[in-house]
Amino acid sequence: MVLAAAEDLSDPFEWPDAGVTRVPYRLFSDPEIYALEQQRIFRGPVWNYLCLEIDIPNPGDHKTTTVGEIPVVVTRDENGDVHAMVNRCAHKGALVCLKERGNSKTMTCVYHSWSYDLRGRLKGIAFRDGLNGKGGMPEDFDRDKHRLEPLRIEIICGLVFGTFSDETPSIESYLGEKMTASIRRNLGRPLKPLGMHSQIIHNNWKLYAENVRDSYHATLLHTFYTTFKINRLDMDGGIVMADDKWHHISFAKRKTLQESEEYQNANVHSAQYESKLDGPELLNTWDEYDDGITHSIQGIFPNLAIHSTLNSLAVRFFAPRGVDETELFWIYLGCEDDTEEQTNMRVMQGNLTGTAGLVSLEDGCINEFVQRGTRGSGDREAFIEMGGRDVEPSEASRATEVAIRGFWTGYRRIMGFA
Amino acid sequence: MVEAAPPIAPDSRVLIEDFLIDYAHAIDDGDLKRWPDFFTADGVYQIIPRESFDAGLPMGIMYCEGRGMMSDRVLALETANIFEPHTYCHILGRPRLNRDADGAFKARTNFNVFRTMQDGGGEMFAVGKYVDTIALEDGRPMLRDRRVVLESRRIDILLVFPL
Repeated sequence: MVLAAAEDLSDPFEWPDAGVTRVPYRLFSDPEIYALEQQRIFRGPVWNYLCLEIDIPNPGDHKTTTVGEIPVVVTRDENGDVHAMVNRCAHKGALVCLKERGNSKTMTCVYHSWSYDLRGRLKGIAFRDGLNGKGGMPEDFDRDKHRLEPLRIEIICGLVFGTFSDETPSIESYLGEKMTASIRRNLGRPLKPLGMHSQIIHNNWKLYAENVRDSYHATLLHTFYTTFKINRLDMDGGIVMADDKWHHISFAKRKTLQESEEYQNANVHSAQYESKLDGPELLNTWDEYDDGITHSIQGIFPNLAIHSTLNSLAVRFFAPRGVDETELFWIYLGCEDDTEEQTNMRVMQGNLTGTAGLVSLEDGCINEFVQRGTRGSGDREAFIEMGGRDVEPSEASRATEVAIRGFWTGYRRIMGFA
Repeated sequence: MVEAAPPIAPDSRVLIEDFLIDYAHAIDDGDLKRWPDFFTADGVYQIIPRESFDAGLPMGIMYCEGRGMMSDRVLALETANIFEPHTYCHILGRPRLNRDADGAFKARTNFNVFRTMQDGGGEMFAVGKYVDTIALEDGRPMLRDRRVVLESRRIDILLVFPL
C-alpha cells in the first residue's frame, strides 16, 4: 500500500474541531494511516534515530536497524566516516547485511553476489559479462546507476540520525536550541555501552510516544516511589518544549539538595530518601550534573526518548513493527571515565526502568490496555485537557498533558491532517 | 571449550537438583516470599540477555545484591506494580555440575519458562540457562550467585516475576 497524502485514505480523516485536545482512536488502529505514516513521517522530513556512534567504532563496522519499517544499515568507512543506506539490494531487493553487527570491507548480497562498498556504491556484479561469452548484463548496463538507497545522516553527541528527505533542516535546527542543549548535557561526553535489551509492546508506536510525554500519569500509575515512601514531594519540575512542539523535556529537581553540597567531590548520597527499602543501596547516587535536575526524560519526534534518572542514562528507541506492535529498545549508557563505583550505581539504578523496571514496568502493558480498550471505537476520541488546552511550555508543573498535545500538533502538521 | 566435569557424588547431585527444582516450583506456585531465601544473605541475582553476558557488559534486565533488594522486589510486585495476572511454568534441564576449590558448586542448567495469561493463553516466555554458584550453608544449598542468561533480549510485554 503506497499512500502519499491524507487524501489517499479510502476513509477520509478529519481532525476533530477541538484540535489536539482530542485524539481519535482510529489513529492507533487504522492500517491505512499506519501506511501513510511510513511515507509522511519515516520517509519524510524528520531525523530518525539510527544508532550510536559507539555501535560502530571501527572502520568497516556496520549496524542494522529500521526506519519505520524500512531496513537500514549504518556503516563506518575506511576513512572513519559514517554512512546509512537502505539494507536492500539494488537487484532483487534482498537484505544485504544479514548480521545485526559486523565488520567487513564490502557488503555482498548473498542472493546473486552483488557487492557494495561501505558507502553503498555498487562495486561488483557476478557474471556481469556472462560465461563463455554468453549471457551477462546488457551492454548499456551502468553500474553507477545502481546503488543502495542512501539516507542523509547527521551525528550529534554520538547519536547517529538519518533522513530520507532533502527538506529536513540540520539536526540542530530540527531539535531546536533547548533540545540540543539537553542532549549535550546528557550525552556530550565519551560514552560506553552498559547493556541493551528490548521488549515487544502490543500497541501502536504513537501510544508510547504519548506515554513518554505523559507527565500526568507518572505518580499515579507508577506507585513504586509512593509505596516505598520515597519522598518525592519536595521535587519541583516542569515541561520544556521545542518551538515545533513535537519534542519535549520533562524534568524534576530534588530541591532539598543544597548548592554548596553539589560541588563537593562526588559524594554518594546513600539513603537520602527516607525510604522503607530493605536494600536502600538501590538508590545510591552521586551528583553528576550541576543544574540540580535529577530526573529528566526527553522525547524526540518521531520515536526516540532519552532519559537521565538519577545516574541512569539511557536511549529508548521504539520501532513500529505493525499497526499494533512496537519494539522498545533500552540502550543503557555510562561514561568512559566512570569509576567502578559509579558504574555500579548506574547498574543498580537500572532496576528502576526497562522491561522489569520497578518504577516503569507498567508502561509495558498500559499502552496495550489503551490499544485493547479502544478496539472497535475508531470513531471515538481521547480527551486530553489536563493542564489546559494550549501547547505552551509548562515550566512549573508536570500535572499537565501539554507535551502530548505538542506531539499531536507536530503529527497533524507532518501528516497533513488539518 | 567445555572441560569434562569431575564426578559429583550422587547424593550431592540429588541435593542440588532438588534445590534447583524447589526454586522453580516456588516461583511457579506464586510463593515469591520464599524467593530471597534461596540465596545467601549477600547473594547476587541477575537476569541478563546472552548478548550482553557474552560481551561482558554489566547491565541486564534485573539485578539484586543481597536478600534485602530481593524482598523489595517481591514487595514491589505484590503491592506496587501493576500488570495483568499471569503465572509461570519452569521446565528445567539436567544441570551440569562442577565443584569449586572452596566446595561450592558451579551449576549450569537450561530452562524454559512458559507464561500463562489470565485469558488462558500460554506461550513460551523465556529460554536460557542458569549459571549458578551454590554454596552449602549447614549442609543446605544456597545461591551465592545466579545469572539468568536469556537467549532472547526481546521480552514480550514486561517481566515482573523473577525467573
